[in-house]
Amino acid sequence: MRAMLSRLRHMLVKEFIQVLRDKRTRFLLLGPPVIQMVVFGYAATLEIKHVPMAVLDYDQSQASRELVSRFEGSRYFDVRYRLTDRRQVADLIDRGEVTMAVEIDAGFARLLGKGETAHAQVIVDASNSNTALVGLGYLNEVAGSYAREYQLASLSRTAPLAAGGLPTIVLDKRPWYNTDMSSQWFFVPGVIGNLMLVIVMTLTAVSVVREREIGTLEQIMVTPIRRSEFILGKTIPFFLIGGLDATLISAVGTFWFKVPLRGSVWVLALGTVLFLLGALGIGLFISTVSATQQQAMVTSFFFIMPAIIFSGFGSPISSMPTFLQYLTLLNPMRYFQTVLRSVYLKGVGIDVLWPQMAGMAAIGIFMLSVSVLRFHKSLE
Amino acid sequence: MKEGESPIAVRGLTKSFPGVRAVDGLTFSVERGEIFGLVGPDGAGKTTTMRMLAGVLTPEAGEVRVAGCDLVKDPEGAKQRVSYMPQRFGLYEELTVDENIRFYARLFQVKGKACEERAARLLAGAGMSEFRGRLAGKLSGGMKQKLGLVCALIHTPEVILLDEPTNGVDPVSRREFWAILYSLLGEGVSILTTTSYLDEAERCHRIALLHEGRLLFCDTPAALKANFAGQVLSIVTGDPRPVASLLEGRPGVGSVMVVGDGLHVVVDDPARVAQLKNELAAAGVTASIEAVAPTVEDLFVEAVRRGKG
Repeated sequence: MRAMLSRLRHMLVKEFIQVLRDKRTRFLLLGPPVIQMVVFGYAATLEIKHVPMAVLDYDQSQASRELVSRFEGSRYFDVRYRLTDRRQVADLIDRGEVTMAVEIDAGFARLLGKGETAHAQVIVDASNSNTALVGLGYLNEVAGSYAREYQLASLSRTAPLAAGGLPTIVLDKRPWYNTDMSSQWFFVPGVIGNLMLVIVMTLTAVSVVREREIGTLEQIMVTPIRRSEFILGKTIPFFLIGGLDATLISAVGTFWFKVPLRGSVWVLALGTVLFLLGALGIGLFISTVSATQQQAMVTSFFFIMPAIIFSGFGSPISSMPTFLQYLTLLNPMRYFQTVLRSVYLKGVGIDVLWPQMAGMAAIGIFMLSVSVLRFHKSLE
Repeated sequence: MKEGESPIAVRGLTKSFPGVRAVDGLTFSVERGEIFGLVGPDGAGKTTTMRMLAGVLTPEAGEVRVAGCDLVKDPEGAKQRVSYMPQRFGLYEELTVDENIRFYARLFQVKGKACEERAARLLAGAGMSEFRGRLAGKLSGGMKQKLGLVCALIHTPEVILLDEPTNGVDPVSRREFWAILYSLLGEGVSILTTTSYLDEAERCHRIALLHEGRLLFCDTPAALKANFAGQVLSIVTGDPRPVASLLEGRPGVGSVMVVGDGLHVVVDDPARVAQLKNELAAAGVTASIEAVAPTVEDLFVEAVRRGKG
């Protein structure tokens, strides 16, 4: 037992010297994660503002100009072009100069004046379906509110009494956890998860195979070290570095982006620890089965991409086909994303998050055990 | 280890890789205080043999006993008493000389004063005492190899396995390397080394020639030379290559090898000298021919030729 601990301790000393001796490596472990956290925190957003648009007003009436000025007044749209010819629209959309074009037919004001339905056509670049959908929604809202006001104004002229009592339904919105519905609040905790995954996976994926490449693995094999001691010696340093990175980037999320940390720091820490176990386990597994560092890097890349996509980071898991939803149960990122967002925004505790914690613990223990068993003190 | 048991005893050792039988029924043993050389061309199975003896490769068939331990049953059993130095010793380049030594020492539970004394003595023997604080990555090739040896010896092993330890090492470092090996023999160790330098093979107590996974012969260099069937002729001539092709395949002529500015030719009978002189004269070549004692290289080349024939 004492021999085991002593061997493990010297494995760790060696690993830390290797990692921390070089100034550049030291920076690489802490600098990029923090920088990326700041940059991604700003960039990862679903909000749609300042959609460039063109207006083609064939009517040139007071009513049509009023509608266009409503678009201009909205922070969602930038009216960049006022066109006179329909053929210009296709060119602007092709070149990506505008995302939407609104065409108001001649006779718009006349039809409205007669109390009939007036038409305006919207052409939208739907190659980004999300922007198109949200943009159309905003456009509809602006046009709808203008239509309601127009109705009220004309009603108050023709039947002043009826105008006051027009029946309507109003939905009072009560967004819980994120009152302003800031998508930054949604994404920043998610980005923490993504960064952790990338850091830990890339570090551990090359760890064992690197020793294989430089020939130290063959040397280690002829010493009395046990394989569990070796694997632990490889795991613990990256576990600690991962924990340090997690603390730093969570601090950026909390103090820089002001995402409220409503739950317990300790619940968040427990979730992070359990997630790290899984990520380390998978990284080590890749490292023990790879023949070269390059192979390990490519393999971990092929893991990281789906792990993020099937985690609910961007698109919700509930929108995926049922089969894929079951598959996400094997993805530690899926649980970690839930833990991050729930602890940050909802402030819930273990009583709610225990299934996620259990899932991550199971994956972590399983993958670490598989790595130890898969690693043989043999060159075959 | 039982009294009288050889520290390394191999019997019928066999190992195949897909498509090749790398080691084929190898049998030999190495005694205490002996340096045993495994000699052979690339691909002869030397490294595979070493790896099986080191317990990092599982034999397919045969018995391997190292330091009294049956490696087929218990590949981990002998590790504390065995040292293995692969062709490229795995040093951590980011660690200093001292840190590398300490790391390997601790994995073997060597510590404290014992470790310090052993490290100091080995480093002094390697002429590296003043480089203890240098990063291993900043050492020259010969120094790296010597540091590898120091790390491999730090736990005072009984059996030392060296796989081409002096490959690519300068002559001065090679001499120091061998001096360290000889000094270890006083501790009663057994050393098994592979080498492709035939002058090094001469320094071994016994050598074994390995060819295509099989042992061609095994004895002391002196006995091998004494029992050599045939006579080596040294032929000195201006341009040896055309002469070599002239002599190859002639009756009574065995292997023909270009050595420096002359040839070593193996013939079945010393009396062939006159015949060769006539043949060369007929071809218009002036050359001096002299009977010489065989070198290990001659044994080696002739044995490989006969093995093929």
